[in-house]
Amino acid sequence: MHPAPSVILFSSLSGMGFGLLAWLGIGLPAVTGWVAFVFFALAYLLAVGGLIASTFHLGHPERALKAFSQWRSSWLSREAWASVAALLTMAAYGAGLVFYDTRLWPLGLLGAALSLLTVLTTAMIYTQMKTVPRWHSVMTPLNFLSLSIAGGALLAGQVTAAMVLLVLAGAVQIATWWRGDRALAASGSDIATATRLGEKGSVRAFEPPHTGSNYLLREFVYQIGRKHALKLRVIAITLMVLLPLLLLLSPVFHHLAAALAVLSHAAGVLTSRWLFFAQAEHVVGIYYGKR
Amino acid sequence: MTTLPQQTDRKLGLVIDLDTCVGCHACVISCKGWNTENYGAPLSDQDAYGADPSGTFLNRVHSYEVQPEAGAAQLVHFPKSCLHCDDAPCVTVCPTGASYKRVEDGIVLVNESDCIGCGLCAWACPYGAREMDQAAGVMKKCTLCVDRIYNENLPEEDRQPACVRTCPAGARHFGDLGDPESAVSQLVAERGGVDLMPEQGTKPVNKYLPPRPRDQLQGPEDSGEIDVLAPFLAPIDSGPKGFLGWLDRTLEKL
Repeated sequence: MHPAPSVILFSSLSGMGFGLLAWLGIGLPAVTGWVAFVFFALAYLLAVGGLIASTFHLGHPERALKAFSQWRSSWLSREAWASVAALLTMAAYGAGLVFYDTRLWPLGLLGAALSLLTVLTTAMIYTQMKTVPRWHSVMTPLNFLSLSIAGGALLAGQVTAAMVLLVLAGAVQIATWWRGDRALAASGSDIATATRLGEKGSVRAFEPPHTGSNYLLREFVYQIGRKHALKLRVIAITLMVLLPLLLLLSPVFHHLAAALAVLSHAAGVLTSRWLFFAQAEHVVGIYYGKR
Repeated sequence: MTTLPQQTDRKLGLVIDLDTCVGCHACVISCKGWNTENYGAPLSDQDAYGADPSGTFLNRVHSYEVQPEAGAAQLVHFPKSCLHCDDAPCVTVCPTGASYKRVEDGIVLVNESDCIGCGLCAWACPYGAREMDQAAGVMKKCTLCVDRIYNENLPEEDRQPACVRTCPAGARHFGDLGDPESAVSQLVAERGGVDLMPEQGTKPVNKYLPPRPRDQLQGPEDSGEIDVLAPFLAPIDSGPKGFLGWLDRTLEKL
């Protein structure tokens, strides 16, 4: 799949933003006043910034409001609702903390649940794609949610929780890759089922329908990332989990180390999310003799 | 609503005969012609006369080589457009309701004024039947020429999809695949028509007729067929003539 920068930025940044909102919603850290303001501002910058970035890949962003209409069937529509509900709920909860020094517990818990629900709906947009076997698995929402919660813990300064959750997210990430590498072969789709000519003999794509490229090849048959996949995976897991862990464990833990840990984690998540798209094989590539 | 109808009154679709298709791409051209001049945004081209031409098409013809375990390889031309699936995954993913499947005839369409161009429907389609138009920023797909098949301003023989009307080999058939008595359903039953990628669970309406076995290349003597006139048609002298003949005879003598 074509790794569109807007979608990678959106799902990585808003994943961390909604993760932080979830932690703030359950009162960890229990901040009020100006400190709360800074935490909420950071969370909103990440979450809303990501959402705005996601509209950049639309052909008609001016019609984006129509995307709220089909929540009965469409995960993208559900994501729109969940994100707005989470942001509004957390805004009311945050206003209580910042301006009135009051913690509205029910609102916070609801907001935390809605924040994680938003991350789940984002993941489900990809998970539902049977055409992309690498995504069509329970590992995708686990991967998105574990990264969001771990990144949120890191941002929320929950050092012990962050260390445990980072290790967990790293394990889920490796399991996701392991399963993903076998997904296309296990999907049962190949050139024999695509053309239904398999019973006659071995099928080979002889000539594509066009001499140039097209939308389908640009969007679905992206092969550049695969050559360096292993190196990029090592880089992703190092930046996402190992380096932040080392920084959190270092005896001279202070704000600079924490900031570095966050930046390293974010860079790792972006690398992992880039691979999530660049490595994903869409079955339409089979018709072109590619994957 | 982008939820799919429980069932449709009719199942209009295409039957494509892989035995007959000669790979001339006339259906591709007539499709692009009709659909760029009529309903919806035109099918744009980018850099059409430059170094990297590319454009939107609703119908494309692949070619595949099939090599049996024994015998000669066979070339199969393979036209592919929207299959108007019963369980169309492209419809349910649409966040705006722009994509829908019609209850009256099962045609899957895009309401272009509602399309935000997010591309999810193209992601959900295993067949590559949907293409985002780069100029209009909306999703384009086969409409089964909905503006021809019901169009009373056209002569009756033209009220079928442009690709079917134009096919010089008669490899494309249009009709109601929900009616077991229809000509297309009979054809599918007789020739063993199949679904593409059935494992994807899309339940396509369009069907593909597999190519028949080709004539035996090894000739009648191997296949046991006897033709009483064959001796009269056998070549009398298969050797080369003229200069090559002289060369052949001279070299033979050496």
